Amino acid sequence: MKEFALIFRLKDIADFKPSPEQMQERMNWLAGIAAQNKLVDKGNTLLPVKGSAKVVKADRVVTDGPYTEIKEFISGYVIIRAENIDEAVEIAKGNPIFEQVGGNIEIREVLKRD
Amino acid sequence: MGATSSHNNLLPHLFRQEYAKMTAVICRHFGLNHIAVAEDIASDTFLKASEHWALNGIPENPVAWLYAVAKNKAKDYLRHLHVVQNHSERNNSLVEEPAIDVEIDERIIRDSQLAMIFAVCNPAIPPEGQICLALQVLCGFSLQEISNAFLTNRETIKKRLQRARQHLRNNEFSLEHLSEKHIASRLDTVLKTIYLLFNEGYFSETHPSAIRKDLCSEAVRLALILTENSLTCTPKVNALLALMCFQISRLEARINAEGKTVLFEEQDRKMWDQQMINLGNYYLIAATEGNDISKYHLEAGIAYWHTTEDKNKWQHILRLYNQLILIEYSPMTALSRAFAISKVYGNSEAISEVEKLQLDSIYHYYALLGYLHSTIDKKKAIENYEKAISLTTSPAAKQRLTEEMARLQ
Repeated sequence: MKEFALIFRLKDIADFKPSPEQMQERMNWLAGIAAQNKLVDKGNTLLPVKGSAKVVKADRVVTDGPYTEIKEFISGYVIIRAENIDEAVEIAKGNPIFEQVGGNIEIREVLKRD
Repeated sequence: MGATSSHNNLLPHLFRQEYAKMTAVICRHFGLNHIAVAEDIASDTFLKASEHWALNGIPENPVAWLYAVAKNKAKDYLRHLHVVQNHSERNNSLVEEPAIDVEIDERIIRDSQLAMIFAVCNPAIPPEGQICLALQVLCGFSLQEISNAFLTNRETIKKRLQRARQHLRNNEFSLEHLSEKHIASRLDTVLKTIYLLFNEGYFSETHPSAIRKDLCSEAVRLALILTENSLTCTPKVNALLALMCFQISRLEARINAEGKTVLFEEQDRKMWDQQMINLGNYYLIAATEGNDISKYHLEAGIAYWHTTEDKNKWQHILRLYNQLILIEYSPMTALSRAFAISKVYGNSEAISEVEKLQLDSIYHYYALLGYLHSTIDKKKAIENYEKAISLTTSPAAKQRLTEEMARLQ
């Protein structure tokens, strides 16, 4: 078994606050992975809002954001266990955000340090 | 004649309840490495009671009588120890007997029992050993009774107990001063042992119902001891108690006259014990103090919703199962969650969820698939029930599944 990080990106900051029904669907999806004993880490939500998001760029230039309406931003991640990347992709395809609000999920194999 | 028969009924009951307490109290004096001595004194006391009471009738206060005898036996033992020690020191002159005091009062009995619970639930002892030890030392079960409860032969249980008792004896654990440190480091293990003890009684399909009820009520008794001390009366303990109360409220309805398990949906709700449900509610409220959400909280919440007729109850139950599986994976939680999905989103949705679980080595997996298919595709339902039957060794489960299948044909 390998581990994969699923990194969620949303397109619009308005989508960040899901309705209770959307929340329930997302929880069902996450718990469904846990029910297969394939959830390594339920991860965290990454707040995109003012005061919670900054970027340090070259020459240590600090910018606010990315709480913007025009470009996609990372909203969170989870880490799952799967035989291979194809299985991880299938799991990601089941995520309800595609029906709910759009956005994308990036799948990256985890290479452990040490 | 009347006195004899009533003493025959009273003694085994008292024995269970008091033997364990008495052992703990005496052990407090002698230390855990002398637990065998404490047990001998407790056994001797009950032996004396059975002889004495048969001849003279039951004393007015049987418990006080027992403790008076035990106290004297403990004193005798200490005196004997004193003599032996003096003798070995070649001091043959008559020494004045030391003041031997074996103090026993209600508080000491309560504290000793609480401390003994923490002594038994040593994380170094494997869980199955802990449960056996708990049954023996905390609940006063005999070797035979424990073997019956686990459907295992006496030799296996004996070995398991021997290993566990070694840990108990060699343990630097003082029954006299149960420290906050010990409480903090062992409370989770204590709760797990009580939880497993309860489940052994509640979910087993092979035990006779008397044993099942005994195990359940012993688990509750131990948890109640924890609530009597402010250091151990934590939200988690209350959550576990709430869970057990809700489950017990259905115990009568869950086992039919032939000792078979009655499925939840087929239970006669009039047989649910409303008093236990009220108690469950009481402990569930007590469990909400603080921010701690443990698996006991979630399971108690699920058990609570089961007692209600709320139209959204399955939504609540599914949400709680979602949280539970995120805290701790278990195949049974995964299957129960899938059942909740069928109640909220329908059987087809649940089938695809179950098929992802890859639990094809346990019969519950196929039993659930059989149940879910029964309203959609009878042929598939029967196939799954057949697989379930081939995977279980429990006659009760086999029979229930066969009946389910017969209903479809």
